[in-house]
Amino acid sequence: MRKYTPKDNVQAKAYYTDRFWVSPRVPQSPVEEGTHFAKVVETLGAQCKEAYIVDGQLVVHIDATENFNVMKTLKEQCGYTQCSEQSAVDYLAQDGEFELFWQLLNIDEAKRIRVTTRIKQGEAIESIEKLYKSANFAERELFDMFGIKVNNHPFLKRILMPDDWEGHPLLKTYPLHGDEFASWYEVDKIFGKEYRDIIGPENRDPAMIDRYDTKRFSRIGYEVPFAADYTDEEQQPVEYSDTFLVDYNKPSKTLDERK
Amino acid sequence: MAQHQVNYASAAGLPIALTSVDKLVNWGRSNSLWPLTYGLACCAIEMMASGASRYDFDRMGTIFRASPRQADVMILAGTLSKKHSEFARRLYDQMTEPKWVISMGSCANTGGMFNTYATVQGVDRIIPVDIYLPGCAPRPETLQYALMMLQKKIRRESADMKKRPIQDLTNQKGPRKARLI
Repeated sequence: MRKYTPKDNVQAKAYYTDRFWVSPRVPQSPVEEGTHFAKVVETLGAQCKEAYIVDGQLVVHIDATENFNVMKTLKEQCGYTQCSEQSAVDYLAQDGEFELFWQLLNIDEAKRIRVTTRIKQGEAIESIEKLYKSANFAERELFDMFGIKVNNHPFLKRILMPDDWEGHPLLKTYPLHGDEFASWYEVDKIFGKEYRDIIGPENRDPAMIDRYDTKRFSRIGYEVPFAADYTDEEQQPVEYSDTFLVDYNKPSKTLDERK
Repeated sequence: MAQHQVNYASAAGLPIALTSVDKLVNWGRSNSLWPLTYGLACCAIEMMASGASRYDFDRMGTIFRASPRQADVMILAGTLSKKHSEFARRLYDQMTEPKWVISMGSCANTGGMFNTYATVQGVDRIIPVDIYLPGCAPRPETLQYALMMLQKKIRRESADMKKRPIQDLTNQKGPRKARLI
């Protein structure tokens, strides 16, 4: 039987795996009384499900349906006038959910807040473009990269990838080198699918050496005329070792077999 | 006062130089290579430096043109993303024959360090390339040298357009297989 490989995360993993290694966590501390952040948490009231301080900034967990109201409160009552960043994290394999976050900045107080929420795949989020104009592009990128629909967005369209692109590249299920569609995109678009055989697949090996390509590579060991066809010739490497070259197309070795 | 007298072969004292049409045409073509003003990424900065006064492309008859209709050379300077590949090919198609292509830098040659889903892995997948320039980014001297090599190449070519190989991908012998070793 073929060995099973999980398909929910096809992206490259860290090659170093140590079963005793514990990933470091940024320490979290509770919101202290009398601070600016305590007032913010108080203003939000029941909308705030959980709040703590990480790295000197407040992290607020909210309900996904209330994001517009929360942002409105933070902007109008707490002075968070800038939305500097907004995106998502793919936790689909782990929890079956996306984590969405909004990074807000209060210039008067020099304080930052991260508002986070979680939504399931296929669920949409409300646009905050009416509050923060910067959310326009950020939400388009969110849709482009994760496929998360944003309700009431003025112009929800892909922003980085071409309009006819298939797939959402920041998902963990999206391979780093691209899927079938991505690897043939420019060929299909410019020449048509029938040119795939002529142009050939992408070369993903940065150290590729083609011994029989006499146009672009000099022959190691002995010289041949430019553009000579040596494909039928039997392989007789002179002072040349196959083991010397590394096959980068082979998957990297798993150091810890138990993982 | 000159001590020698030039004995011109012709009557009326007019100087005559014997040459072939090929050489004359290629002399003109190779000494007025007009590249397209077309930068894709950081290599374009080096390309601009080559065009500016210190390295001075103008003295080689190389003047950047803002229209593909007036350009002879396309210098693909930088990373070509898949989204942009369609437009790069369109610009190439808009250039009039004869036309030549220089692929400048690692990204244009092979995709370079951008071994990702969104980058064309070598511009020769969509445009026939005459000269590949290594480097990340290549120095202006390298681009100058590439241009001189291109001039040499043009001088070797036949001036007759019909004798030039048709730059059509269907004309290739067989599938370009990505083989290892």
